[in-house]
Amino acid sequence: MTTLLELKNVSKYYSKDIAALSNIHFSIEEGEFVSVIGPSGAGKSTLLRCINRMIEASSGEVVFNGTNIRKLGRKGLRETRTQIGMIFQHYNLVTRLTVIENVLHGRLGYKSAVAGMLGIYSQEEKQQAIRLLEELGLSQHMYKRVDQLSGGQKQRVGIARALIQNPKMLLCDEPIASLDPGSSKIIMDHIKNISASYKITCLVNLHQVDVALKYSDRIIGVNKGEVVFNGKPSELTTDMIHKIYGSETGDLIFEAGERNAG
Amino acid sequence: MQVDIFLKKKLHNLSFILLLGTAVLGAIILTEYDVAKGFSSVPAAIQWALSNFYPDSESMEKFPDIFEKLVETVLISVAATTSGAALALLFAIAGSSTTQFNRFLGQVSRTIATVFRNIDMAVWSMILLFSFGQSAFTGYFALFFGSFGFLTRAFIESIDEVGDSSVEALRATGAGYFSIIFQSVIPSSISQMISWILFMIETNIRSATLIGILTGTGIGFAFSMYYKSLDYNAASLVVLVIVAAIFIIEWVSNYVRRVIL
Ligand SMILES: Nc1ncnc2c1ncn2[C@@H]1O[C@H](COP(=O)(O)OP(=O)(O)O)[C@@H](O)[C@H]1O
Ligand SMILES: [Mg+2]
Repeated sequence: MTTLLELKNVSKYYSKDIAALSNIHFSIEEGEFVSVIGPSGAGKSTLLRCINRMIEASSGEVVFNGTNIRKLGRKGLRETRTQIGMIFQHYNLVTRLTVIENVLHGRLGYKSAVAGMLGIYSQEEKQQAIRLLEELGLSQHMYKRVDQLSGGQKQRVGIARALIQNPKMLLCDEPIASLDPGSSKIIMDHIKNISASYKITCLVNLHQVDVALKYSDRIIGVNKGEVVFNGKPSELTTDMIHKIYGSETGDLIFEAGERNAG
Repeated sequence: MQVDIFLKKKLHNLSFILLLGTAVLGAIILTEYDVAKGFSSVPAAIQWALSNFYPDSESMEKFPDIFEKLVETVLISVAATTSGAALALLFAIAGSSTTQFNRFLGQVSRTIATVFRNIDMAVWSMILLFSFGQSAFTGYFALFFGSFGFLTRAFIESIDEVGDSSVEALRATGAGYFSIIFQSVIPSSISQMISWILFMIETNIRSATLIGILTGTGIGFAFSMYYKSLDYNAASLVVLVIVAAIFIIEWVSNYVRRVIL
């Protein structure tokens, strides 16, 4: 097993005295499926975005595939971002464009300014987009405008856009928080399958403990910008869930109880 | 405490109405405007218009001339709007907080746009009269500057309205600045922008008529020429042609809007 991602003492201050993240320290092995859980406002989104520098961390190191991302220049950062796919709670698609155009956007990181501006894609890239959409069950919707799709379908477009980057890692920020339970399961199954079949490392922010328990190799619990748990799903006790979620518990404990019963 | 707030609001409203009333009265007294006479002259004005202000067969002979002026005015308005829109798009991209290159340039371009927007087109034409004299250029540039200022503001709002979610996604893929602008920002906001351009063309054709009176060009000039030479029949034909043109353009732009939105 080789380490793909390592965070060393990463901190983030939005304002002077309140730390959104303080001294985050963990590493992720190649091919691992890791969930980050914690109450809203804990710093999950900030943590994910400090990895690909959508948000600049205040201090610390983010080592991805052997290079410290925080030291990279503009060009190096762009190159590294092509290796990291990102999936969002609100899909973040260009809704006025077609499904396949949105998928091909995942290739823009590899393009020169002119090719990118004009949207010039090679035949192989188009073929790959079509293959991915077939794999994700969207072949009938390929030429529809995205604003005509359901939430679950939009998220699958988001997944295809990330996959066409041929990434080493996927960062997923609450990918199912806006979906109904049925679509949520489909999306989580897709992400899990992708992780296994393409050997893509996944770091997934989740709000639901039961989902994290079901899909993850490892769970990281975050509270008030600090890692308070880092271990296997089987090690996540009810007490621990309490600690991660503070007072915001109730049904969460019930979910953990369910797992123990089943 | 709460009662106080309501009372305060009522007092505010009352004092505002009083202020407004005083201003109206003051203006009437200062300008020696006779309100009763103003209203009583309306029927006479209507009667005069009905008996003089209609096109007759003689004025119809001038129709080709008038039509040519109309086409000139419409073309100048369209040219000024579209070229203003092109410049406005650049400034809007530089000025919107989602797409700005950096904070300083963003502020600079927003400020420039605000200055241009707040100078009325009539004022622009007066200023430009000095440099270009009474020519079509004066009208063109007055419309160009006014459209540029207004459209920059409108385009910034169109871009902001779409939000930065897809911009964030494309940045995360490693896409460069220009790819993001052309693949995400413009496709997301283009139909809104076209709608604003159509609105601006309509407005500009109306303004162009008035500016034409000032600059001695286009359909506005045709009107003032006929009017001053007491050819009321021809002048009324000009007005009818303008009204018809405005309706046709409004109809066309509504049709385009339906298709693109
Ligand atoms: N752009 C920002 N500016 C200032 N504070 C922010 C910003 N984004 C997030 N925060 C704050 O940082 C903390 C962590 O937020 P976030 O990472 O979004 O948490 P989560 O994703 O776990 O809900 C919150 O207290 C939030 O208010
Ligand atoms: Mg979040």
